[in-house]
Amino acid sequence: MRKTFGPITAVDGLDLDVPEGICLGLLGPNGAGKSTTMRLLTGQALADTGEITVLGHELPRQAKEARAHMGVVPQLDNLDVDVSVEDNLAVFARLYRVKDVGAAVDYGLKLSRLDGRRRDAVDKLSGGMRRRLLLARGIVHDPRLLLLDEPTVGLDPQIRTELWSLIDSLRTRGKTILMSTHYIEEAERLADEVAVMAHGKIISRGRPAELVREHAGRQTAEVYAPPERLAEVRSAAEAAGLKVRPAGPAIAIVGAEHATNGVVPDGAVVRAASLEDVFVLLTGEEAE
Amino acid sequence: MRRLEPAAIGGVMSREVANFRTFWKATTFSSVLEPAVYLLAFGLGLGATIVDRVDGLDYVEYVGTGMVATAVIFSSAFPAMFGTFVKERFQRTYDAILAAPVDVEELVTAEMLWIALRSGFYGCFPLIVSMLFGLDPAVGMLVVPLYAFITALIFAGFGIAVAATVAKIDQFNYVTTLFITPLFLVAGTFFPIDQLPEAVQIASQLNPLHHLVELVRHACFGFESTDLLRVAALIGFAITMWRLAVSRMEKRLID
Repeated sequence: MRKTFGPITAVDGLDLDVPEGICLGLLGPNGAGKSTTMRLLTGQALADTGEITVLGHELPRQAKEARAHMGVVPQLDNLDVDVSVEDNLAVFARLYRVKDVGAAVDYGLKLSRLDGRRRDAVDKLSGGMRRRLLLARGIVHDPRLLLLDEPTVGLDPQIRTELWSLIDSLRTRGKTILMSTHYIEEAERLADEVAVMAHGKIISRGRPAELVREHAGRQTAEVYAPPERLAEVRSAAEAAGLKVRPAGPAIAIVGAEHATNGVVPDGAVVRAASLEDVFVLLTGEEAE
Repeated sequence: MRRLEPAAIGGVMSREVANFRTFWKATTFSSVLEPAVYLLAFGLGLGATIVDRVDGLDYVEYVGTGMVATAVIFSSAFPAMFGTFVKERFQRTYDAILAAPVDVEELVTAEMLWIALRSGFYGCFPLIVSMLFGLDPAVGMLVVPLYAFITALIFAGFGIAVAATVAKIDQFNYVTTLFITPLFLVAGTFFPIDQLPEAVQIASQLNPLHHLVELVRHACFGFESTDLLRVAALIGFAITMWRLAVSRMEKRLID
């Protein structure tokens, strides 16, 4: 599918198939088209060209039917802040036509571990509790498919870890999850498969370990030195056919196990290749 | 799934009810106090010193019945404009609702219905307050909530359409100055419009508030044969504004 906004092409020939029961991580830098893809899948954006089928329903014609069986956790907090925790959940249980609203609310409260705060207004909750509530709101109707749009963006590490456990518990219950993220660790920990997205298209896809093996080999050598020396090391490594990427104050020579003598200088930190190496190699060095 | 499913509309309205429970006291307070202030200022102040009777009515009765229209436009157009803009732009509430099995038509319909229900209720407060100032109760007044509800649908649709059209919240100032204030002033609330230039009198037939003012006065002091035509006109305006609001919101909410 393809989606443009004026002169900007947000999604450019995206071809995505998500098998039932897996967690697929849509990994890409800001501006890669991840959020637009999510909106296309809920019918909140209409593709210029292409076909979209979600849970057997053709979009946009059957978008409502598809949405009835999917849950969406947005990137931005859009809870009703003056309303109680339980009322936030009850409203969405009604919107999703849940028959037993009370039981659905209890399920959401239990999952988000907010039972003790059910009557509190949302603006009395901490940031982490609000994210848990957003997640609970997305699953209050027990959906088959869960769309998580950058579920932990802007959260501190403790809260992020807490949310990962929650998401993982949903994955083990057999929910199909499509999760967009630009946090590599998040994709590595939660996703059965990762699709790397850049400039509106999928540029590589596979299990995290497979992607690392395919694109980054076994080892990466990080070299720390003054900029002039780093430039020399980079030239030598590239001349030897190795891939090199910036790594903050250092450079990372990817596929270091193939390096011939002298290409990886003494003192370099050799570590196992990672998904981050793959991500930067595939999506480019420059932030958009 | 069908169009305009009651479950979807009810779900959206239940969200409004949940939110309204957090601020109903402030709304009710201003709905009671505002007509009282107007009646004191215009009815007792102006009525006691300059104007005695208008169209055969005591000025307090004239203003008190006319103020139903003021209450309706203020409690429908403004919440629709500001509420819609804030929910769409700042709170992103509509993104959340449209991720559920609800479409834009259902969302707009529910929002209009909720605003109109509230407005239909609060629109009657000026009549109740006017009774404290000497307006006699009448059986016909029982239809006033219905009149207020239909008129509020028009201004709810108008407000939603405006909110879905403007780029910035400051642009509501243009709408208030160019549309709402003139509609409010030439509705026949504070003075009869039959002494205004003929062009204004003809234009006032396109002002839903003028029809509401006439309908309320007739309900309080005696129905007239033209009332059904006025109700039909209000329903026509409401349907037009509903479709306009749905169309503008679809353009705004669906990329």
